[in-house]
Amino acid sequence: MASQTLQSVPAEPSPVRHEPSPEDAARRDAEGQAYFDKVMAEDSRIEPRDWMPPAYRKTLLRQISQHAHSEIIGMQPEANWISRAPSLKRKAILMAKVQDEAGHGLYLYSAAETLGQPRDQMMQDLMDGKAKYSSIFNYPARTWADMGAIGWMVDGAAIANQVPLCRASFGPYGRAMVRVCKEESFHQRQGFEILLELSHGTPEQKQMAQDAVNRWYAPALMMFGPPDDDSPNSKQSMAWNIKRFSNDELRNRFVGMMMEQVKVLGLTLPDKDIRFNEETKKWEHGPLDWAEFHEVLAGRGPCNAQRLERRREAHQNGAWVREAAAAYAEKQAKKQAEKEFAA
Amino acid sequence: MHDGGHGDISVGVSGAAGDSGASATRITPGNALRPEDIALAVSRGAAKPSEDVAEFALRLGDDALILAQRLGHWISRAPELEEDVALGNIALDELGHARSLLSYAGGLDGRSEDDLAYLRREHEFRSAALFEQPNGDFAVTIARQFVVSYYQFELYRRLTSSTDSTLAGIAAKAVKEVDYHRDHSAQWVLRLALGTDESRRRMIHAFKVIWPYVDELFRDDELTGRLSEAGAAPQPSSLREDFDRLTGEVLAEAELEVPNVQPTPGGGRRGLHSEHLGYILAEMQVLAREYPGASW
Repeated sequence: MASQTLQSVPAEPSPVRHEPSPEDAARRDAEGQAYFDKVMAEDSRIEPRDWMPPAYRKTLLRQISQHAHSEIIGMQPEANWISRAPSLKRKAILMAKVQDEAGHGLYLYSAAETLGQPRDQMMQDLMDGKAKYSSIFNYPARTWADMGAIGWMVDGAAIANQVPLCRASFGPYGRAMVRVCKEESFHQRQGFEILLELSHGTPEQKQMAQDAVNRWYAPALMMFGPPDDDSPNSKQSMAWNIKRFSNDELRNRFVGMMMEQVKVLGLTLPDKDIRFNEETKKWEHGPLDWAEFHEVLAGRGPCNAQRLERRREAHQNGAWVREAAAAYAEKQAKKQAEKEFAA
Repeated sequence: MHDGGHGDISVGVSGAAGDSGASATRITPGNALRPEDIALAVSRGAAKPSEDVAEFALRLGDDALILAQRLGHWISRAPELEEDVALGNIALDELGHARSLLSYAGGLDGRSEDDLAYLRREHEFRSAALFEQPNGDFAVTIARQFVVSYYQFELYRRLTSSTDSTLAGIAAKAVKEVDYHRDHSAQWVLRLALGTDESRRRMIHAFKVIWPYVDELFRDDELTGRLSEAGAAPQPSSLREDFDRLTGEVLAEAELEVPNVQPTPGGGRRGLHSEHLGYILAEMQVLAREYPGASW
């Protein structure tokens, strides 16, 4: 059987006493590529120790670290309302949600670390403005209803994006996504509940809810990324079994879901052009302002500067704490070694 | 108070002995009491505090609430992601205790946890000054948490054998959580005190900032006297010896001394607070005040 030769090839050669010859290296790459191609063809999984094409590694590292950064920056607009949550139950739910996001960041950074980059470096790239995060978090959370709209729409869009990622070809990413998606579905439900309570509350509360939905609608739709004809990397990601559906496909599906749910809320979506196309059997939406999207992406959104500064500030203020923990661990290890030496 | 160690933690708030099947609020170690259970028991008339117990629950509930409000500020600002999670957890635990205690306290006159949290004025709060002290740097937050968790542990541990079964039930859940808080803060006291020169300097400073508010926690008054007589709650002064011994062990390991500072007169139990509480309440209560009567 030809496939017998196609076995997993370790990413790093086992320790050797001398540099591998160029011929050896080329053979390893060829074998690795053959195994990788087989995994892709079988829609199976690549694990961190397997050989992988450098571009695949780079793409995943960028995507997973951006995803992690989005979780961490995404804590800020919601943390902004913890102290003002209007009931103790809502306060508890919101705290738990923001805490979950820190947890998601942690497993995503861990998944990204398996590709060879330490968390510190990723954090540094975020703070230096070299790494991106989801642009949606550069919009301000102005009212309590934004906690509802963020949960319902932003987390809803994230779920639509992330459920297919549970099958991503890179094992650690797919597995992290399974857990993240479970928690995200709670997040979306709590957002929906907040809006439901508001839309059935006083006229002022209902207005607050509608205003939040109006403001978050377009940015949430743009979370799926640029339109398919303007998304150069999508094709390669789909060939690598990282991405399963195109941006527009996911976006249209999401619009359909929103349309059903917004009726239950008794609110409206700020888009007169939403319709179900009987021919294509797909939902369609009105035009989106992609110029604004690119502005925010380029760093000129309402909160870009604030979000990054807050992250830098927390990191800098915590430096002496991290140094203390490291110094303590080192001293303890030294003590332990001395004890063992004496014994 | 009974001197039964941790006491029986499988007490029910229904008060109906042996009727476990009928009560959704029965507490067993694996089925911890939630704030919603207490609110339900209170609304059904199955749990009603005496006037003294309600006042006492208000004190403890306010302590926990104000601390949760302070700790919540750290989420997204902690020195490490792991600490965002840890401080968030502690804040959530404290908020859970606050909700249970306030739900129970409100059972006296039909007020909900939210009525008590959002519609009382500053002088109606019963928290001690320690809980409202600003977060400061991470060392100050840890010093405050260290004192709080060792104090709350001793208090809740004794309350598990309170003659008031609801108070005992709340304490049974809380004491396990506060035990983790003790571990968390003690671990950090060691790391900060024995880490670098800077962290040690900050830790020493932090204890100086926090220690003036320690005494107030252990002061007896008429209310605690009556509750102690009734076996419902310990005299605060009776917790001091264990508190001093256990915190002393950690401080000794951290090569720190109890700071030589003067105690503040306190007054929080009578509604006389430091200047910080007004701001905390202004922020916490803003929506309830802005939209009176709305539900969220």
